Order: sequence, then C-alpha cells, then structure tokens
Amino acid sequence: MRGQEARDQAERKAIMATLAQSSVDDIARLWSEAGLPSEAELLRGPETGLVTVRGRIGGGGAPFNVGEATVTRATVRLPSGQVGHCYALGRDKRKARLAAIADALWQEPAHRETVETRLVAPLRAALVEARDRRRAETAATKVDFFTMVRGED
Amino acid sequence: MYVAVKGGEAAIANAHRLLADRRRGDRSVPTLRLDQIVEQLALGVDRVMSEGSLYDRELAALAIVQARGDMIEAIFLVRAYRTTLPRFGYTKAVDTGTMLVERRVSATYKDLPGGQVLGPTFDYTHRLLDPELAAGGDVAEPLQRESEAEAMPRVSAILAREGLIEPDGEMPQDHIPGDITREPLEFPMARDIRLQALSRGDEGFLLALGYSTQRGYARNHPFVGEVRIGEVDLELEVPELPFAVPLGTVRVTECQMVNQFKGSAKAPPQFTRGYGLVFGQSERKAMAMALCDRALRASELGEDVVAAAQDEEFVISHSDNVQATGFVEHLKLPHYVDFQAELDLVRRMRAEHEARENPAKVEEKREAAE
Repeated sequence: MRGQEARDQAERKAIMATLAQSSVDDIARLWSEAGLPSEAELLRGPETGLVTVRGRIGGGGAPFNVGEATVTRATVRLPSGQVGHCYALGRDKRKARLAAIADALWQEPAHRETVETRLVAPLRAALVEARDRRRAETAATKVDFFTMVRGED
Repeated sequence: MYVAVKGGEAAIANAHRLLADRRRGDRSVPTLRLDQIVEQLALGVDRVMSEGSLYDRELAALAIVQARGDMIEAIFLVRAYRTTLPRFGYTKAVDTGTMLVERRVSATYKDLPGGQVLGPTFDYTHRLLDPELAAGGDVAEPLQRESEAEAMPRVSAILAREGLIEPDGEMPQDHIPGDITREPLEFPMARDIRLQALSRGDEGFLLALGYSTQRGYARNHPFVGEVRIGEVDLELEVPELPFAVPLGTVRVTECQMVNQFKGSAKAPPQFTRGYGLVFGQSERKAMAMALCDRALRASELGEDVVAAAQDEEFVISHSDNVQATGFVEHLKLPHYVDFQAELDLVRRMRAEHEARENPAKVEEKREAAE
C-alpha cells in the first residue's frame, strides 16, 4: 500500500509537470477531444504571483536567491467534491484552471485513465519530442577534436 | 520658506500622448507583436528578465516595446510590476547538473564528460553585418545529430577529485538565505546576499569591473572552468501537496570561474572560484558576475583590498541600474527652489570675493550706481 501511494504521488507529480509545461491551446484542444468535463468550483484563484528562484553557490553549495518568476495557481473542487491544484510558471489563468481540474479528475478512478491516455500522454509525447529535437540540435554543435600529426614518425 | 508650485498637467498629458505616438512611429510600418520580440530579440528579453529580476518573457517583451527599446527603462518597468504581485514562496534550489544543456564550454579541459558543445553562439562568427538578414530571407533548419543522453557533471567536480579546488561555497548550517527584496542592504554582507545583488546587477557595470580585474586591478588569474546554458526544472514546496510541485522550466546561464590562488594566512594554495548564475542566455553577464564574485571574496581569502572590484560596499551599492538611473535621472526634475537658494549663495560669495580681491573697483561700482 505504501509503495502504491508513493507511485501514485510520483505519477501525480509527473502529470502536474507535464501540464505546467504545456500550452493552454494544446490542453484545451485535447480536453475537448477527450470529452472531459470542465465543470468545477474555484476554491482559490486562478491568481498570479511570484516565486523566488533559488540557486546554489558554486552550483552545489548553500542556496541563494536568484530572482523572481511569475507563477499562476488555481484550486478547484469538482461536483463530486474532489479537489485539484495547479501551479505553473507564467500568467495563464485559463491554463491554471484547466490543469487544476485535470489534477482533480485524475484522482477520481472514473476519469483517471482518460486523463492519462487522452490528455497527458499526447502532451508528454509532444514535450519529449521537442526536448529530443533540441538535444539533437545541440549535439550537432559538439566539438570533435582530432590530433594533427606533425613531422615524420 | 517652501513655495509649492503647481502647473504642467496639460503639458505632461500632451507629452505622454506624444510619447505614445513616437513609440508607435510611422503608422505604415506594422506594429511589433510581443511574440516577435520574444522570438527574435530573445537576448534583449533575457537581459530585461535578468536585471528586472523577473522571469516572464512576455512581460519583458512588453516592457521593451513600452520603453521604445530603452533597456534600463524596460528593466525599471518590470521591477515596478513585480511589486504588485504577492509572493507564493521560495523554490527549491535549481540543480544545474541536470540542466537540459543548450551550450556548454570549458576553457580548462578539452575532453570532459559531455564534451564541448557550442550551441547557438556568436563566438567564431566574423562580426560582419549580414545583408541577407536585412532582406528577410529564409533560414535553414539546424542540423541534428543522434546523441546518447550523456551526463554533464559540473566541471568543478573534476578538479575537486584532486583536492586542488575549494568546494562549492557553504554557509553555516543554520543560515537562512538572505533576501535583498525583503531586508535593506547591510555591509559587510554574506556571499549569498551578494550573489543575489550581482545576479540582478547591471551587465555593463559588472562587465567593466570584471574587466578591471583582468587589467590588474585585483588580478586573480581567471579561467572559465565552465559556462553552461540551458533549462532547469523549478519546484515549489506548498502546504496543500505532499510533494514539491513542479512549476515548469526556466533557462539560466551558469559560469564557474576558476582562479589561481597562491595561498594566504587563511587558505592553502589552491584554485578558488567565482560563481555566476543569471536568468536567460546571458553569458557575458554570468562571466562578469563570476569575476566580481571572486574579487569580492578578497577579505574572506585574506587578500588585500586594493581595487574597486574588491570593495563590496562600492560594487553592491552601485550595481543596481534602477537605483542608479533613479538617482542620476532625478537631477533633471525641477530643483527651482534648491537652485534659487544656491544662486543667492553664489551671488553673495562672489560679491564678498570681489570685495576682498579688489576693494577699489567695488567702491567705484557702488558710486556709479549711486
């Protein structure tokens, strides 16, 4: 049971990460294609605020504050009573609301699979593709050193 | 006596209307869209985010347009906007070791794990203006190369194995990172607070100071151990969730400057380090920050403080371009009463001076007047 709980938390976190990085247009398009319900009561927000980004001295030392970033958050309650949250960089309130509903829906057994397969999986595939493309483009600029042999023998 | 003077409302309103017109410019030229600025003036956007100390590309682009491309004015606008938002908290410290790297070069090791990856750099370009860009021609897609996901440990880890480099900067166990947005600056300050100030500091000011250390004012023999640019994940601890909530990714530039150090009463001979970490792709700024960070550690390392770049109060008090521009530019606002007082004073001093230097002439003048 404890293992299952940890897996569920990891999966929920991964879904929140995917939604936070995806555009609202992609989320909304897949949402209507999947026929997911979007009825929910807003308990908080959507509201935009700041988080202070921290780094570490020397990369791995003591933390220090680098600067702020805009974040928008929302908390919703489904008609069933299930509560969902979203925090995402940027100022997109529509996205925060939808992502919070997705978080709530995912916690309901009746909707979990639809959220995973019809919404999150395609978003994740697009993010992975973009990341792989970026990585491959970067890799093409890697320096291959070769040694010049000078003189004889 | 203080005399309040009113007036100028109509002139101010009309001036702002004129500003809006000049900002728009020739109406036959299409209006700039924010996404064009975000995509095509990306490094300008990054500078506004870094010195405005707010990671939000669209807001930085808006600020650039509103400021007609005046970067310090744009940074000012962003700083002002920041103050209108509530703060949700402090993120977990980013891990640059797991960055999705877009560029990574080292000037100290040719073959290091992950290799030298140039990325989208101006280095090795010929700095010749490109007429084709003016004509707006098509641009080729970048090449791709299959790559195994290879870890790119920070270069400091390599030198650390030999024990020849100082560790990443540590603070005492119970130290809470200082925050210059919450508490006023106090000197001397801890390194974490200094780094926060440097990260939002003016690029030109830090560049000039970094340059001064290379030219011999607080020489500290720097090498770029590593510069890396790429995206890192942000996470925030919140009470309503049992795990740190992922917020998305931000692009940062990190510079590990490695400095020769011959040792002092406080530390043995070894390589010391300066550190730079800034928002966006801002390599020059991250390098300048690292040079200044190292120079400012003079007292900590037992070095003589002999140059401007080592003077913490001087550097940190003058690194913020919003404060600097505020104080310099306020000089152009009405100082009529101040100046009237000065004028009276100078007139009186001048009369006294003339009376001392040339009493006969003053007497003559007086008589003529009578």
